[in-house]
Amino acid sequence: MTGQTEKMTGARALIECLYREGVDTIFGYPGGALLPIYDEIYGSKIRHVLVRHEQAAAHAAEGYARATGKTGVCIATSGPGATNLVTGIANAYMDSIPIVAFTGQVPSSMIGNDAFQEANITGITMPITKHNYLIQDAKELPRIIREAFHIASTGRPGPVLVDLPKDITTEEIDFYYPDRVELRGYNPTYHGNIQQIKKAASMIKDSKNPVIYAGGGVISSDAAAELRKFAEKVQAPVTTTLTGMGGFPGDHPLFMGMPGMHGSKYANYAIQESDLLIAVGVRFDDRVTGKLKSFATNAKVIHIDIDPAEISKNVKVDVPIVGDAKWILSHLVKYAERSQSEDWLKKIGHWKEQYPLHYIEPETGDGIKPQYIIRKINEICKDAIIVTDVGQHQMWAAQFFQYREPRTFISSGGLGTMGYGFPASIGAKVGRPEKVVISISGDGSFQMNSQELATAVQANVPVIITIFNNGYLGMVRQWQELFFDKRYSQTCIQNSVDFVKLAEAYGALGIRAIRKDEVQPAIEQAIASGRPTVIDFVIEGEENVSPMVPAGAAINEILDLERKG
Amino acid sequence: MRHTLSVMVENKHGVLTRVAGMFSRRGYNIDSLTVGVTEDPTISRMTIVVRGDDEVLEQVTKQLNKLIDVIRVTDLKSEETVERELALFKVNSDVSNRSEIMQIADIFRARIIDVAPRSLIIEVTGDEAKINAIEQLLRPFGIREMVRTGKIALRRGTKNVSS
Repeated sequence: MTGQTEKMTGARALIECLYREGVDTIFGYPGGALLPIYDEIYGSKIRHVLVRHEQAAAHAAEGYARATGKTGVCIATSGPGATNLVTGIANAYMDSIPIVAFTGQVPSSMIGNDAFQEANITGITMPITKHNYLIQDAKELPRIIREAFHIASTGRPGPVLVDLPKDITTEEIDFYYPDRVELRGYNPTYHGNIQQIKKAASMIKDSKNPVIYAGGGVISSDAAAELRKFAEKVQAPVTTTLTGMGGFPGDHPLFMGMPGMHGSKYANYAIQESDLLIAVGVRFDDRVTGKLKSFATNAKVIHIDIDPAEISKNVKVDVPIVGDAKWILSHLVKYAERSQSEDWLKKIGHWKEQYPLHYIEPETGDGIKPQYIIRKINEICKDAIIVTDVGQHQMWAAQFFQYREPRTFISSGGLGTMGYGFPASIGAKVGRPEKVVISISGDGSFQMNSQELATAVQANVPVIITIFNNGYLGMVRQWQELFFDKRYSQTCIQNSVDFVKLAEAYGALGIRAIRKDEVQPAIEQAIASGRPTVIDFVIEGEENVSPMVPAGAAINEILDLERKG
Repeated sequence: MRHTLSVMVENKHGVLTRVAGMFSRRGYNIDSLTVGVTEDPTISRMTIVVRGDDEVLEQVTKQLNKLIDVIRVTDLKSEETVERELALFKVNSDVSNRSEIMQIADIFRARIIDVAPRSLIIEVTGDEAKINAIEQLLRPFGIREMVRTGKIALRRGTKNVSS
């Protein structure tokens, strides 16, 4: 393909590489070490979204990747610019999201001298990237960038960082973009072992109480349709983890909601009484399993995952099938037959009636319950992309919204990064402009990256930020209430900010809703405005996320914490 | 339980840090680690002695394989492997006991590689047990300093570790 070469600088070559990788948007912030690159961005065909803090660039790249399925790209300068990306990179690593982060670096000759704005970012990010590179020879730049995109997006996806010393970006090279990537140490398995698949099929056929436990791997391998076909054929109920939301239709009769700490009671009971757990693209996270020793003790475990290191990491697996979830499910469905689940599905049906996810509407007054807002959003714009921050609102968003399609729920799962949601929603909206994108946030989380209002306004990205404003760092407050005798140490943040004025100060639309009857008009006004909008929902202060499995307990030891009034 | 892993890696800067960092981050214990280039100059071989049960070994192997720069990991079973370690001992010694120490060195086919009025340096190669044994015998004279390379290993016979 690329027979002839062309002379160009490293910075120009970087842009050429991005074109060839199909990158149309990058999220970034300029700086001294990046000047040659930003000079090339100026006038290029690539859309650059200028954030106000580099952390937001990493989160936005991730939100973009999650919403589109493409690899997200962010760029930050050397030193503090690079270190500000770290939280976003760690977040992408924990949730296996493909992003490529470019960082400026001081000139090669100054590396190691504690130069101005120097940080050893490859050293810092080694444990939180799938792989990273410091380019030491400008000639290697195209090959390295080719490899970076390949590594980020294949196998178990993840973040890759490329550190670009300034002299590398000004040096002239003969540009040549390799057709193929040759990495002898990297060769992910896509095709599952057919013998293992047949073994799994025969176990499913004999199973009376099967449960499908599906996670983020279903989303990243684009396997939602295959999962649905499989679940329907074998008639097994499905629970999806936080990162797996949307991997199975939320309104499907076989759907049981989320498992684990704030999962539905019936999902947890089903796992505990299951005789066969079919795990797909999950990693048996502690928020799902609770006390490991008591987790699904009656169940044989089939584990489908692309990462062999996840097999038997936390829970002993009887039938591992390593490979791509989409490929494996599409083959498994051919061999699988209906399980013996008639009575089991009836039992789960009873549990669903007996222990529904619910909350108690206030008997008097017209205050707003947070769950009510989520249900309203679900009614008004069921096709929206929901992006959450971290805390109580995140759990309510997972519990009370029905995600019908993959890539419609975007949340910080593994790392639990407050401040993630709003910048990630900017990335999602940039990637999917035709979608209504709603950031569900708390008054705590939103303030961790509220400066990005400037980004949304300047780049004209009309996301809707809903602040579930309870005046507390609500999840921590809930734990203090339950386990620390209501000693609310440093979790009360009441009356700190007027979010409507804050929105207006940035040139965004600000709406406040205090009464229940204001919820729907606020959402409708925000959608109709076509502008970045902040809705300050003033909600009940001490509402709890319910149900809840206390830390360290078995997942069937699940408590009701709903609050009256 | 101790295992000897032969790990073929890309001969690039930073690879040792990636491997060592993975061990420390995941809480695995390294007893020894040696690294050097192989017959192919683009590949280095790390010989890592790691402590842990079979489950730990399985995780270590998988986590090593996840590193992009790791090409192949082989668990070397001691019965089909030759293992060697090199050690240098600087031992207190003067005319009164020099010949006694040299006799010990002879028994172990060790070599005296430096002689000073009050000390000797002894070089010895062998498996771990042999080096432990000579260390025990030299200790009464006073070991001023010692250094061990850590274990290196190859599979016996024509078959390569990497095949």
